[in-house]
Amino acid sequence: MASSSPAGAAVGFPVVRALAIEKVYRMGDVSVHALNGVTLDLAPGEFAAIMGASGSGKSTFMNVVGCLDRPTRGTYLLDGEDVGKLSRDALARARGRAIGFVFQGFNLLPRTSALENVELPMLYQGVQTKERHARAAEALARVGLGDRLDHTPAQLSGGQQQRVAVARALVNRPKLLLADEPTGNLDSQTSIEMMNIFQALNDEGLTVLLVTHEPDIAEHARRIVTFKDGHILSDVPVAKRRLARAFAEASP
Amino acid sequence: MNLLPALRTALRALRRNKLRSALAMLGIVIAVAAVVATVSLGQGARAKVASQMASLGSNLLMVVPGSMSTRGAATGAGATQTLVLDDARAIERELSGVVAAVAPVNRASAQVIYGDANWFTQVMGSTAAYLQVRGWSLSLGDPFGREEEAAGAKVCILGQTVREKLFGDANPVGEGIRVKHVPCKVVAVLAPKGQGSQGQDQDDIILMPWSTLVRRIQGSQADTVGTLMIEAGSSSLVADAQRQVTSLLRQRHRLGDQAEPDFQIRNLAEIQSSANEQTATLSLLLGSVALISLLVGAIGIANVMLVSVTERTREIGIRMAVGARGRDVLVQFLTEAVVLAALGGLVGLALGAGVSWVMAVKANWPTLLSPGVMVGTVLLAGLAGVVAGFYPALRASRLDPIDALRYE
Repeated sequence: MASSSPAGAAVGFPVVRALAIEKVYRMGDVSVHALNGVTLDLAPGEFAAIMGASGSGKSTFMNVVGCLDRPTRGTYLLDGEDVGKLSRDALARARGRAIGFVFQGFNLLPRTSALENVELPMLYQGVQTKERHARAAEALARVGLGDRLDHTPAQLSGGQQQRVAVARALVNRPKLLLADEPTGNLDSQTSIEMMNIFQALNDEGLTVLLVTHEPDIAEHARRIVTFKDGHILSDVPVAKRRLARAFAEASP
Repeated sequence: MNLLPALRTALRALRRNKLRSALAMLGIVIAVAAVVATVSLGQGARAKVASQMASLGSNLLMVVPGSMSTRGAATGAGATQTLVLDDARAIERELSGVVAAVAPVNRASAQVIYGDANWFTQVMGSTAAYLQVRGWSLSLGDPFGREEEAAGAKVCILGQTVREKLFGDANPVGEGIRVKHVPCKVVAVLAPKGQGSQGQDQDDIILMPWSTLVRRIQGSQADTVGTLMIEAGSSSLVADAQRQVTSLLRQRHRLGDQAEPDFQIRNLAEIQSSANEQTATLSLLLGSVALISLLVGAIGIANVMLVSVTERTREIGIRMAVGARGRDVLVQFLTEAVVLAALGGLVGLALGAGVSWVMAVKANWPTLLSPGVMVGTVLLAGLAGVVAGFYPALRASRLDPIDALRYE
């Protein structure tokens, strides 16, 4: 699948290998085909954006890739491991170890400090208290919130909350950063700051899969995959990639 | 998830809803307080019965005159005068193999006077064997002996209460007091014994030789004895002694094989076991009420946990998304329920101990709180938490992460 790897990305075994994924929901007597045989590879170090109208199947695909859901048919290899047939608990383990999530609604624990929010994923991997604190503080410093460790979500702005969520996603050193409409609740300036963080992480080698419906956000990725009716409609490299850093530094 | 973080998470979640947590705990608090107070009362009563039995003397048999039936109308026990001094002597003489001591006892009430102090008290007429039979000891002086008994010597032994009323803190040994109109020399003071089973003062008593009481104070020439107190040679001889005393007395009283005995023998072991049985029945009754309230408390916790799980669906979704397994979520909510119940148990324990303390101090009821009971009730409360929390926690652990994340 070297053809789908963009220039500059490290080539190895794909982080995500989806082969003929189908997802069928039963609603009463009606079967709804949310995914109709989707095949997609994501090499290490790639930064892909998934676009599509609502109902196109992009959210369902995200859930499968994020190990939150299992495909009805087809094979899904996460970092070489077939996770399509795993039990609920094994899936949770794989999720906690290999995937970092960033959601549209931030999804932080309310009334809980930024530090403890970021520690949460390590709690389920059995990381010792001391190391948990250290790694969480380090991750928060990395997203520019080193001085906000004790702030609860209510005391943080939307952009800051989303940066806490990014720190939480990174803290277990995942193979894949999965962002589902991460800028959906942010203003445009903050959105670009968020993309700046994503691009910086990707430059360091982290594989990023971004779901968005905003074309200008998608253009921060190296590759855009468009979904329609449970199929991949198109899968193209971004010809003129937006670089958030330049913009973020240029704006006041 | 390890236990320590789970515990911290649980405490934080409970603190967040203080009022609700407190109300959820209330049922368990009341139940555990009831259990602790009930059990401490029951155990206290039992211990008190046991110590009273010990203070009555070990291996004790009491012979009292039987009831008499005159044309179908029965009198109560002790209404007849069938026991005589010779019965006591005969038992002492002929049954020395199974009987260690025999004390004939007669009682009277009398005004006692020393100087300008006076007191109205119980006078017991018996022999020196009485002290042995009852297991009583002296705090001052020496007991009277056989010669004083034979002579009807005017000597007496004071109980602590009588000593205080007449002498205050002074040493009464060697002083003379008047019992009714008879001057008596105080030869000894009994060691204090405290309250009896009905709350009577066991120290409000005077002991003197049987002949002194009957001949000099009551002025009677009859040999009738109120009670015979008999100490068996050992606890294994109690039943034997009871049988042999019965047959000896039947023979002496010339009772035919079919005749109703004109005396009754009471065995203290029987009295004790019937007292224990009453205590046990009461404890069982109160205990089952307490268990029912524990059940109600558990239902309260289950209810609150179900509400909590629904309310925190999104939190559960987040936790699952970042790697929590069903097991982790189960442990988290189960820990919350157990912490809730165990905290309730501890508060209930404190409350129950307080109630039993108040009962002991204010109402003078005997209470006894053993560590085993305290640990046991808190564990029981924790178990109630496990039972109550399991279903809500199971529901939480089976949530679908996608649905849970979307839950508003």
